[in-house]
Amino acid sequence: MALTGVEIFKLLPKTNCKKCGFPTCLAFAMKLAQRQASIDLCPDVSEEAKQKLGEASAPPVRPITFGVGDKSIKMGEETVLFRHDKRFVNPCAFALEIKDTLSEKDIRDRIEQVLNSEMERVGQKLRVDAVALMNDSHDTSRFEILAKTIFQNAPDIPVIICSENPSSAETAVKLFADRKPILYGANLENAEAFANIAKTYKTILGVKGNNLDELSSLTEKVKSLGVQDIVIDSGARKAKDILRDNTFIRRAAIKKNFKPLGYPIITFAQREYSLVEALIGTIGIAKYSSIIVFSSIEKWKNLALFTLRQNIYTDPQVPMQVEQKIYKIGEPTTTSPLLITTNFSLTYFIVSGEIENSKVPSYLAVIDSEGLSVLTAWAAGKFTAAKIAQFIKDTEVEKIINHRELIIPGYVAILSGAIEDKLEGWKVIVGPREANGLPAFLRSKL
Amino acid sequence: MAFTPPTESYTGKVCALTIGLGDKAITFGGENVLPFHAFEGSIPNKPVIAFEIQDIPPDDWPEQVRKPYKDVANDPISWAKYCQDTLKAKAIALRLIGTHPDGENRSPEDAAKTVKDVLSAINIPLIILGSNHAEKDASVLISAAEAAKDKNCVIGKAQEANYKTIVAAAMAHNHKLIAMSELDINLSKQLNILIIQMGLERERIIIDPMCSALGYGLEYTYSVMERIRLAALTQNDTTMQPPMLGDVGMYVWKVKETQASETDIPNWGSVEERGITWEAVTATALLLAGADLLIMRHPKAVVAVEKVIEELV
Ligand code: B12
Ligand code: SF4
Repeated sequence: MALTGVEIFKLLPKTNCKKCGFPTCLAFAMKLAQRQASIDLCPDVSEEAKQKLGEASAPPVRPITFGVGDKSIKMGEETVLFRHDKRFVNPCAFALEIKDTLSEKDIRDRIEQVLNSEMERVGQKLRVDAVALMNDSHDTSRFEILAKTIFQNAPDIPVIICSENPSSAETAVKLFADRKPILYGANLENAEAFANIAKTYKTILGVKGNNLDELSSLTEKVKSLGVQDIVIDSGARKAKDILRDNTFIRRAAIKKNFKPLGYPIITFAQREYSLVEALIGTIGIAKYSSIIVFSSIEKWKNLALFTLRQNIYTDPQVPMQVEQKIYKIGEPTTTSPLLITTNFSLTYFIVSGEIENSKVPSYLAVIDSEGLSVLTAWAAGKFTAAKIAQFIKDTEVEKIINHRELIIPGYVAILSGAIEDKLEGWKVIVGPREANGLPAFLRSKL
Repeated sequence: MAFTPPTESYTGKVCALTIGLGDKAITFGGENVLPFHAFEGSIPNKPVIAFEIQDIPPDDWPEQVRKPYKDVANDPISWAKYCQDTLKAKAIALRLIGTHPDGENRSPEDAAKTVKDVLSAINIPLIILGSNHAEKDASVLISAAEAAKDKNCVIGKAQEANYKTIVAAAMAHNHKLIAMSELDINLSKQLNILIIQMGLERERIIIDPMCSALGYGLEYTYSVMERIRLAALTQNDTTMQPPMLGDVGMYVWKVKETQASETDIPNWGSVEERGITWEAVTATALLLAGADLLIMRHPKAVVAVEKVIEELV
């Protein structure tokens, strides 16, 4: 838990020398407590005090980067239990398990699935982020073959190396030594050996306890052995236990500043029935998992889970928005249709996607509605006839098209007369209500 | 450092609400903790899923969700029976969509007849929904409530614009009531207060904070539900203690992801599984946010969500 101003004051030199730029040590301490100043401003503070302050101000869930390069994944840094309180920071990563008992062909197929999992939604590129190598065979050489196949075919995908056997683990970890993998499998029996491997190869260490008490002492232990970057697994596999343990972990970290559980959570969601697996994934996404391991990644399942992750992790204070301007879709000419909509990203991407589907080159005017959808903006007075008319004038779209027709969303048909009154010489055409009616609508106008 | 479970205790409790009659009656709500937090309090009842049916054939439902009902959906009686007997539904939600003025514009008397017919064919609890046309719903729901007198149904949705008549109908004919507002905790609280002031006990209200589908505003419904539930439990705000509804099916089966064919968008995978998953994921997310009652359409989505409920309690 963060220190109070008075607690911080006790750690300062108390000379009121003003070198920090504040009139007194106490005034400076108050600013520090509000996180509006940095301790570095005081040249005379002791190392010991610095360290105490550092520890107290460290984020409750340790920030860790998993993997390297473009595909690396940020985890941790969370500060709240409910997204409406602030926002959830680092979206949880999805991993596909690949067992070393599979045939080489099946292994390659699964790597392909991960490599081809990327989809775009609301302007974001989403994908299955990682693979989890499973040492189900308990055999070191088979595990090595699996690791090599993955290394050769997907060298830049972050990997979780899952084994409880130190020699299997080390063989695989070696390959990925400079790629910041997760070495998962440290438990009561092997913690020391695993901590050593993790230190040698600079990996993140995945620690598994059989309950939260055991997990806490395990993380303390590996930390005392010099491992800083840890991901944690309480051993929960049933929905009820996942929800309970994840809640306790996040609460302990955030409300009690309980350091032994202040790490990203890894959740194993594998199920025989893929749809149920998706629902276990749903629990992980909503309730604090940083990594979720799946046994299958069908495209329909990915799409739903990517979307949920996006929903849960958006900033509740600011809807996702796009820039206000006239967008060209295809290669429009002076006679191409002009449509208008709001700047809520979801609205923009749905509408522009359907215009693309129509294959009719068009202009799409996007008005700043503070990120509200068409009907919401209309209800809030941000998508009114006056605003639309003014926007059309300001954009000087009249210089790039030689017709004077504006297509408006069907849901705001009611605005058409008022827009015509305010935009002299223009004709307003009411489009379909749902954007998926746009292809037929635009083609019929050709 | 030894770990002490950071449990919390809550000052408030969600109202328990029973619908239907006899041994098929069901109770939901009643918990004094956040959703599925049995580890720090008591959850006497599980969330309930009702199957959605309607008074006219579901021509506007996408193919994927019409298919399971293709032999029964021409007639609300056989549709209801099928849900009860074959799909083992615990409750049915009858949407009187045919009364919408822009559609078939069926009369309140027609609606009353449908309600009577359906009630005589089933013995599980019935939720009676209007067409979401504020003005028309007022008259339709009065007739429907009367037709279902003393059957302990749920009627709805009462909104700011029409709550007076609908509340009066629920009171006169002994039903429970859905109170819907538009995704805003203050509006929801305000509506509940107005309804309670009319004399309907808060133990007879179900809050509908307004649903939205995965990818289409789900985050708003999710957070409004979480906030309502926190107000009920941590601030002991009695006006926010009625159980909550997620009217999932009708929002989900409207969006593109539940309909676009795999030929059109190969990167989205099988349309069949996709639609079912969309509904099940939306429903599960809302359960985690605090929904106690769900209205759903696809039988396979219901089965999956019920499995997860079993695992969660
Ligand atoms: C999420 C939501 C909100 C969010 C805001 C989300 C956002 N960023 O916009 C919040 C909670 C903030 C909100 C607030 C309000 N909301 Co609101 N909200 C919704 C909800 C559930 C979904 C909106 C959404 O995201 N839709 C998805 C986007 C993609 O839809 P869209 O922009 O309309 O685009 C579609 C079409 O219009 C069309 N289209 C878009 N552009 C174009 C362009 C052309 C040329 C064509 C042809 C077609 C086309 O294609 C798209 C897809 O088919 C809807 C109900 C619903 N399920 O639709 C209510 C809804 C829009 N809200 C409503 C209301 C009344 C309000 C409030 C006034 C009420 C309140 N609670 O205070 C406030 C106003 C905002 C304010 N004062 O700040 C009403 C509007 C009533 C009406 N008929 O006018 C609705 C319809 C709910 C209802 N049934 O009553 N809301
Ligand atoms: S510089 Fe340090 S010692 Fe000087 S007033 Fe500021 S806090 Fe106190």
